[in-house]
Amino acid sequence: MRILILGATSAIAQAYARRRAPGSDFVLAARREDRLAAIAADLKASGASSAEVFVTDLAAMERIEEGVADLRARFGAIDEVIVAYGMLGEQAAAEQDLAQARALIDSNFTSAALWVLALLKGRAENTPLTIVGIGSVAGDKGRAGNFVYGSAKAAFDRFLEGLQHKYDGSAVRIVRVKPGFVDTPMTAGIEKGGPLWATPDRVAADIERAVAKRRRVVYTPWFWWVIMMIIRHLPWFVFRRLKI
Amino acid sequence: MQQQVSSWGRLRRVPHDVARPAFLDELRAAASAEGGARLCFGMGRSYGDVCLNEGGRLIVTDRLDRIMAFDRERGVLRAEAGLTLDRLLRVTVPQGWFAPVVPGTKFVTLGGAVANDVHGKNHEHVGTFGAHVNAIGLARSSGEVLTLSPQENTELFAATIGGLGLTGVILWVELRLTAIRSAMFDTETLAIDDLAGFFRLAEESRDWPYTVAWIDCLAKGGATGRGLFTRGRPAEGGGLDVHRAPRLAAPLDAPGFLLNAHTIGLFNAAYRRRPFVLGAKRVHYDPFLFPLDAVADWNRLYGRRGFFQHQSAVPTAGAFETVRELLELTAESGEGSFLLVLKLFGDEPSPGVLSFPLPGATLALDFPNKGESTRRLLDGMADVVLAAGGRLYPAKDATMSGAAFRAGYPDWRKVEAQRDPKIMSDFWRRVTAEAA
Repeated sequence: MRILILGATSAIAQAYARRRAPGSDFVLAARREDRLAAIAADLKASGASSAEVFVTDLAAMERIEEGVADLRARFGAIDEVIVAYGMLGEQAAAEQDLAQARALIDSNFTSAALWVLALLKGRAENTPLTIVGIGSVAGDKGRAGNFVYGSAKAAFDRFLEGLQHKYDGSAVRIVRVKPGFVDTPMTAGIEKGGPLWATPDRVAADIERAVAKRRRVVYTPWFWWVIMMIIRHLPWFVFRRLKI
Repeated sequence: MQQQVSSWGRLRRVPHDVARPAFLDELRAAASAEGGARLCFGMGRSYGDVCLNEGGRLIVTDRLDRIMAFDRERGVLRAEAGLTLDRLLRVTVPQGWFAPVVPGTKFVTLGGAVANDVHGKNHEHVGTFGAHVNAIGLARSSGEVLTLSPQENTELFAATIGGLGLTGVILWVELRLTAIRSAMFDTETLAIDDLAGFFRLAEESRDWPYTVAWIDCLAKGGATGRGLFTRGRPAEGGGLDVHRAPRLAAPLDAPGFLLNAHTIGLFNAAYRRRPFVLGAKRVHYDPFLFPLDAVADWNRLYGRRGFFQHQSAVPTAGAFETVRELLELTAESGEGSFLLVLKLFGDEPSPGVLSFPLPGATLALDFPNKGESTRRLLDGMADVVLAAGGRLYPAKDATMSGAAFRAGYPDWRKVEAQRDPKIMSDFWRRVTAEAA
């Protein structure tokens, strides 16, 4: 089983890779070679058959096709890809600085969608491929608090949903993951604690189960499904009063 | 980010500027960052204030838990300082390797195990954790990154083993593991009627690598020292299964009245009379070595005011009298709690300057925090320990005086001399303040 992790230095990706380590072959993609090497060593010690490092800037969109060709030449067929990179950014800053807004959208949606398209394009017919996309519950509802990030995650979710429709009944499977608050370096600026915060390992366990059970969508932890169901269905006169 | 942080005893919540680096380059940067006093914090399992740095910076290492290299043939493992024994065992046990020394909980980091030079039930046979460390990576606030070992930077190595994290930021630890054939232990539990019974059994059990006794801290008079003595050795068979996650958790702080002499007496009586407790049994390492890990966050059972732990080591000569005096003090006060743990330390030397164990006996027990009366009792016990030529364990301590510390650890200035000028802890401030 060869697993490609786009954004392998993300906390959720690291936790997921550890769970899948025994017997797996990893290709770890991200920008920082030293950090990828540390993760690769840990995965090998944890039972991975191999863990290769692929240093690249995933958000550099003009190099994606070249990157996929390079990946195929070096590592052969990929059985599973997990799209785990992204950035939270800062809503207020993104509203004032269009370059920041664009970086947020490109990182969370445009480049991620292009990576998936490039990986699907030109692959051998009927070879199984599992695509795991890490979205966010923030994509389920546009909110004043972080709609730039949220809309990019929403777009990625719709994109994957469309792929699910297209590839239904084929060897390509797509899992849309929607984590809530996760205690990772990405959320370092936020006060943490309380029952809504989950560890990366808890989220990774849910993803592992969703992949094994061939689920199409997974909220993690599960209660976010309930929370987002309620928030999505709040009448406007209630929702407009919420400071979220 | 500003956060309130407590140690395991939960005696106070202390404001800190908390950093949580996720990679070694970030940890090195945190070590040499601008600013004032800083200190590393692992799992927060030390009871008092060795892991606190009030108003200063705390570098939390829990995200640095990667294994850097694991030689399955030789049993040598190098890992980032935040790796817990919990995860280490999950990786190494199926390969037939075990941590050479484990404290009473597996939820400690390698960095913390080195900084406190922890010991286990097998101290008489293998010494402390530090005796099994090949090398340590250390970052100083100057930006220097050093490798310490018994051959290289030897003074700093000796000051760092048991050095309470004061000599620099521990980046990684290389450890020699112990080969095992199974995850099981062959154990025997025997009743002891009094303190003499403990010393007799401990003497008879010299060839058992793992020994520990549980003592009923409420027993008085002739029954002083009544309890259970358990000894164990790694089993030859039984599979290499790793432990499971805790199945129980203390969801809330227990109300203070829950733990009193009456309920503790009932617990102790029930504990001693558990069916099938006595005799020979083959048990998994998890309940044998880490019984308290079965209940996550058990420290919350002591309520909102938190609790103290007294752990002392007293030299072999006079150990019997000293331990009896400590037990009598505890029983008279009626303040002691569930588990009083008693065991012998061996004479295996530690490479560490500030290492706690000394050849003799060690005794550990918890006291719910009742304020002044508890502190007075702890001070009285400290006096007994010092008079006997013993010392208290910094990892557990929240109350010892500077004089008591300096008497117990006469070489403390060697560590002070090697201390990184930008690293400080509340403990070190407390015990060195008036000696400056």
